[in-house]
Amino acid sequence: MPDKVRFHFDVDGSDFSSAGAASVQVKKKLRQLAYPPEIIRKVSIAMYEGEINMVIHANGGVVDVEASDEEIVIVLSDRGPGIPDVDLAMQAGYSTAKDNIRNLGFGAGMGFPNMKKYTDYMRIDTEVGKGTTVTMKVKL
Amino acid sequence: MTLNDLCQPLSAKVLCGDTDKSFSGVYVGDLLSRAMSRVSADNIWVTIMANSNTVAVATLTEPAAIILAENVDMPKESLDAATKNDITVISSPLSAYEISVVIANMTPENK
Ligand SMILES: Nc1ncnc2c1ncn2[C@@H]1O[C@H](COP(=O)(O)OP(=O)(O)OP(=O)(O)O)[C@@H](O)[C@H]1O
Ligand SMILES: [Mg+2]
Repeated sequence: MPDKVRFHFDVDGSDFSSAGAASVQVKKKLRQLAYPPEIIRKVSIAMYEGEINMVIHANGGVVDVEASDEEIVIVLSDRGPGIPDVDLAMQAGYSTAKDNIRNLGFGAGMGFPNMKKYTDYMRIDTEVGKGTTVTMKVKL
Repeated sequence: MTLNDLCQPLSAKVLCGDTDKSFSGVYVGDLLSRAMSRVSADNIWVTIMANSNTVAVATLTEPAAIILAENVDMPKESLDAATKNDITVISSPLSAYEISVVIANMTPENK
């Protein structure tokens, strides 16, 4: 495991079919760097959910990942519509996804609950009309 | 028991990937963020959702195979992505329930 490695991704908000690609790349890199499988699983789930949210709710954004021998930090930032009520959005089953998005398999309202469950730290900074930044940490 | 042993009882068509893999456990469901946290490595994931997002979830969770129920077909670009990521995709005319019953009967440890 390295001292510190950083990855940066631009996530395209117009292409649902490639959504998840950044998470897949991070997973492959962490595996090359020999992180434990259970850590990779947590990071994969948390980052995937955040990445998908940026695509389906916020028209894309950027992801920064920093991996060290102590923790993996994932920061997802978008300039989407923001989240008016974070406590409500965090509730299992709550979703504003439209039918066309639900038809693809999204909209269970489990993204944020998964992110919370599989990380050791999660923080949502959001402002309506400005955007959302989600910071998550998985400790080794 | 490998995926090969399931193909005939499920009247399955292999859409892509290796069927020489063993498996353990089954998850049935179509909602991606539920599957994301419930599909474990080497499971069989039974679903009727066959798009590139299904493939992305499988790439991250590494099931032994995706089994598409009710003869659902997977679009070519999604199959290409599955092939690239070593994901086995199988289609069966049976329903998700029927597929689960067949697998349970063949693998007592999965019951
Ligand atoms: N980046 C974001 N920008 C704006 N709104 C967001 C963002 N992420 C989440 N939300 C809001 O929070 C709600 C809950 O998100 P969550 O990920 O838990 O569920 P979902 O995305 O609707 O469904 P699922 O993740 O199960 O497919 C969303 O429906 C949306 O209203
Ligand atoms: Mg979500």
